[in-house]
Amino acid sequence: MKPYGYFPGCSLRGTGAGYEYSLLALFRVLDLPVEEIQDWNCCGATSYMSIDEESAFVLSARNLALAQKAGCKDLLAPCSACYLVLRKTQDYVARYPKIGSHVQESLRAAGLPPLNGVRVRHPLEVLYSDVGLERIRSRVVRPWRGGRVACYYGCQLVRPYDEVDRAHNPTRMDELLAAIGAPTVDYPLKTLCCGGALTGTMHPIGVRMNYILLKEAVRKGAQAVVTVCPLCQYNLDAHQAEIRRKTGTTIDMPVFFFTQLLGWALGADPESLGLKRAISGRKSIAQWFAKESAEADAYV
Amino acid sequence: MLRTLKYQREADPEWARQVSERPGCEGLFSCLQCGACSGSCPLSIYMDLTPRRVIALVREGFRRDALSSMTIWLCASCYSCAANCPRQIHVTDLMYSLKREAIRSRLYPPRLPAPILAQEFYAMVRKHGRNSEFWLVLRMALRSNPLLLLTMLRNGWDLVRTGRLSLRRERIHGTSELVALSGAGPRPGRAEA
Repeated sequence: MKPYGYFPGCSLRGTGAGYEYSLLALFRVLDLPVEEIQDWNCCGATSYMSIDEESAFVLSARNLALAQKAGCKDLLAPCSACYLVLRKTQDYVARYPKIGSHVQESLRAAGLPPLNGVRVRHPLEVLYSDVGLERIRSRVVRPWRGGRVACYYGCQLVRPYDEVDRAHNPTRMDELLAAIGAPTVDYPLKTLCCGGALTGTMHPIGVRMNYILLKEAVRKGAQAVVTVCPLCQYNLDAHQAEIRRKTGTTIDMPVFFFTQLLGWALGADPESLGLKRAISGRKSIAQWFAKESAEADAYV
Repeated sequence: MLRTLKYQREADPEWARQVSERPGCEGLFSCLQCGACSGSCPLSIYMDLTPRRVIALVREGFRRDALSSMTIWLCASCYSCAANCPRQIHVTDLMYSLKREAIRSRLYPPRLPAPILAQEFYAMVRKHGRNSEFWLVLRMALRSNPLLLLTMLRNGWDLVRTGRLSLRRERIHGTSELVALSGAGPRPGRAEA
């Protein structure tokens, strides 16, 4: 089987470290080979796009070209912002001849192959389509003993390209988690923006966006939120202490990456899932996962 | 300050036409002013002008009003407007286009963090090919408001404690390849914006 090309992006090497660990552990358990793209560069995300669109597309295209050079058919982009920019580059190269020729000429000048359609994929969709719910269900070795979770999809993964899941009502994460026996709650805010970079640039407004999402999750009876994007996870995880201080609420809930729950259920080494990287809800995490560890060791 | 009364002579329809020719902004003149963008925008309640009003100003050619509005810096690029527009206008791309023009024309408050973040991010990636989160946030704070660093201490400590803060300066090997990718490499002899 041809390995999936892997584009970590900057967050998975810093604030989103738990995402990278759990993603790679999960793919190992499922025997899906993954190969990191050598010398990948920044995807050209939001901030870069705000200065210079043309070179953002060229920058992004270098990653696609490197993936092709390595012989990959599929390029995994776990971060929603990376996924969107890579996908948008392909789309704009195809739709606008001027952008297309600029990108292809730049690639030629750098000795890279012209773009010819490597597929940009997000792990959520790979697990749903390539692996499938049936196979996931049959591979479960650890029953879920944690609380009810709210599946939060965020924005850029489902908009404007609705290839990973439906734009207005995505359900694939809910289905995957149901397959491992984790109860999910109805969460109408599942595609509302988390505030993105605003927590850094206009902090009070960004944190308010985080609060709206967390409060609604609590109201719907969730004891944890599950995310598919490193920025969503960071925003919802890192600002809970501040939210408690400012609002007088008692919110302290874990914010997971979906790969952590799936990896756990399918028998990945608990140490390899980055669960200790959590900032909030550490008590719940210790309870839900640690009480299993003696039993878990028997499975691994 | 935004006035409610506008004078025709202050409008620049030629600019509006140019905007409508940029990639992603083609739908500008087909806008119905229905407000689906503003209604679905999770940040519109914090904006001085809603996205619908920005579109109205742009297509009449009120360049300065549109470019100096805080709306473009509050836009978090969540694409909700684009997904909900009955005319399939790429409102988010239009916002990007306005951000770029506002930065080029220096039409933003000088210490506003959002455009500074964009500029620092751009300079860092142009030079090294990758972004290093810690150094980026540090540079943004130093240039906008160093007191911000105090408010970030708690977050920073949480990240250190959980092993999520990397002080490494990320860079790629192929920086020469970036130069060859004419658009994306460092431009020699030119100070990075």
